[in-house]
Amino acid sequence: MSKNPTKIYKGPGPKEANILLTSASAVMNWSQRSSLWPLTFGLACCAIEMISAAAARYDMARFGWEVFRASPRQADLMIVAGTVTNKMAPVVKKLYDQMAEPKWVIAMGSCATCGGVFQTYSVVPGVHNILPVDVYIPGCPPRPEALIHGIMTLQMKIDGQVNFAATPRKIEPGYHGPSREETV
Amino acid sequence: MARQEIMTINMGPHHPSTHGVLRVILELDGEVVVNAIPDIGYLHRGVEKLSEDKKYLQVLPLTDRLDYIASGTNNLAYILAVEKLLAIEAPRRAQWIRTIFAELTRIVSHLLWLGTHAADIGAVTMLMYTLREREDVLDLIEETAGTRMMMTYFRPGGVVKDVLPDFTAKIKTFLDKYDVKVYEYERLLTKNRIWMNRTKGVGVINRADAVSLGLSGPSARASGVDWDIRRDEPYEAYDELEFDVPVRTEGDVYARYLCRIDEMRQSSRMLRQLIEGLPEGPYIERSARYVYPDKERVKDSMEAMIHHFKLVIDGLAPPAGEAYSTIESPKGEIGFYIVSDGSPKPYRLRIRPPCFVNLQSLLTMCKGNMIADVVAVIGSLDIVLGEIDR
Amino acid sequence: MTVNWNRQNFTGDDPEKHPAILALRRDLASAVLEVESCRGEIWVVISPAEAIAVLTLLRDDPALGFDFLSDLTAVHWPQRQGAEFDIVYQLYSISHKTRFRVKVRLAEGQSVPTASGVWKTADWLEREVYDMFGIRFEGHPDPRRILNPDDFEGYPLRKEFPLQGRVRW
Repeated sequence: MSKNPTKIYKGPGPKEANILLTSASAVMNWSQRSSLWPLTFGLACCAIEMISAAAARYDMARFGWEVFRASPRQADLMIVAGTVTNKMAPVVKKLYDQMAEPKWVIAMGSCATCGGVFQTYSVVPGVHNILPVDVYIPGCPPRPEALIHGIMTLQMKIDGQVNFAATPRKIEPGYHGPSREETV
Repeated sequence: MARQEIMTINMGPHHPSTHGVLRVILELDGEVVVNAIPDIGYLHRGVEKLSEDKKYLQVLPLTDRLDYIASGTNNLAYILAVEKLLAIEAPRRAQWIRTIFAELTRIVSHLLWLGTHAADIGAVTMLMYTLREREDVLDLIEETAGTRMMMTYFRPGGVVKDVLPDFTAKIKTFLDKYDVKVYEYERLLTKNRIWMNRTKGVGVINRADAVSLGLSGPSARASGVDWDIRRDEPYEAYDELEFDVPVRTEGDVYARYLCRIDEMRQSSRMLRQLIEGLPEGPYIERSARYVYPDKERVKDSMEAMIHHFKLVIDGLAPPAGEAYSTIESPKGEIGFYIVSDGSPKPYRLRIRPPCFVNLQSLLTMCKGNMIADVVAVIGSLDIVLGEIDR
Repeated sequence: MTVNWNRQNFTGDDPEKHPAILALRRDLASAVLEVESCRGEIWVVISPAEAIAVLTLLRDDPALGFDFLSDLTAVHWPQRQGAEFDIVYQLYSISHKTRFRVKVRLAEGQSVPTASGVWKTADWLEREVYDMFGIRFEGHPDPRRILNPDDFEGYPLRKEFPLQGRVRW
């Protein structure tokens, strides 16, 4: 990624001051990352920290993510907050399939990342076994600030997406884009 | 002649109002509920089986994650059962500190209950208000125990470290603000015509059914069952505190709401007495052989180091036997039944889950009500799926 | 200050003086197999055939009044041939504020009548015991798994079931 598509160039001179030059891909990325609509998908204890992150003190609405949708058709971010059990796994997969593209998945907490403390017969050892995960947030439960940091990491990942290219692609799970210093 | 057709609707496990992954299969005749069958197990993590593989102190963080909203009372129930098995007793200051945290946990749990229950019924503002107060209590817990939610602060014999010197002053500041806020919450909801219409007469359960179905905690007290383990089988510092137990007879959602609001006030009253009379003294029973020795002594004395080493590597091994110890959690009667065979790992750890037993009464409460009332009833039962499914 | 570990000690020294034991020995003496105690808690081991009679007596006798079934669970002792399972009933009397425990010893494959006719609480608790241990309760209104998925094979809380299960991810 030699050219950085997210920089916005202002045209020269006062007459052209209200002309902004950027790429369509950058505008798309900017609009997607600025208003992610999370799916209300709290499974266990991490859900309480997710609710706290949406509450008054660690306000998620500052970043544009306060519109929690209950229906997967209207959401584009699935925050898997809590332990995924064998009984719940088909439900998770079905909800993910029902979400429309573009969609992202955040595995919040140790249980969604690797099964957490519960390495037992009934727990899926990490939601990445059933869904492609974009960002993992460790913690048991992660503080609301950690959740916000995780979603901001996802925002940086979305900034690195290449749209309208000859071979348009969404970034596969695993960070391939430029380093943090280059994008910010 | 009209034909009666029953419509079966699936509610959950992904649903904004089911407080977790609860699935309820509703059979409706129009809008009236004929049958409501809860289907649980979507968060079954195998905690009881896992505990058989862990040492007694390693089981303690697992107990936090049962009723994940009120982790202090889960810890306390487990620690009391282990102390019973070990036949040791915590010093007085430790008991008072543990009671303070149990009551703070009760406040935290009831605040979240109030917020989510009201938000489900439609008063979404309550969620924002109660979570704001909850953050203050979580700050208090974090200063002492290190984390916001999962405390893991108690040990057999006391607590892991002493509270900070300004702990009681901070609680007093919080309580002064909190009492005003509880009055504000009541002012918003209790005489609110919409709230009363949605909750009065809804989800009624009578006393005989409540006792037979095993309902406990504020849900039972709202149906006339005058039973509170803190008063009837006192543990920790409760026999030295003065408090009332709110009991009502109507048994509907409104009565359960009022019972919990009164309990929030009583918790504040108890906390004021606790911080007033917090005794001085040791915070853990160092002389018991199941408790880690003081860290300073471990560095100087050989016996202390060996003792510490054996306890950490082998784990504490209670004598063979069994113990069943119950306390009053914000949801009801939580109990731990531990069977020990002399080894450092529990042979059988049984968790008596209050929400699991309370949820059985969902059908009795929902029958004959309309489908929108199911949401109000589930909220008033105050269920936490981590405890139901374990 | 309460001495916590002793707070449910009713009769001091002799378990035989517990009112429930006295009532059982008087009315259903054939059902009582053993009386034991540990840390001040007293329990009685009864025969499976008369379990329901004993539990009904404990609930209905006005001097005892055990109207609340606190817990119903099981313990697996694989090395105890012929009596591998212990069904444990934890009872509580709301009016008298006392606790009591009743145990039934079952062999592998043996079943015991359901207690859901005595206390409705036993409904889901027995379903969980069936789900975890495979013990059947005769006459149960809804005998199916409650916590594990319906197509789950095996009974997890038995000692021979591996912690991580038999199906690998």
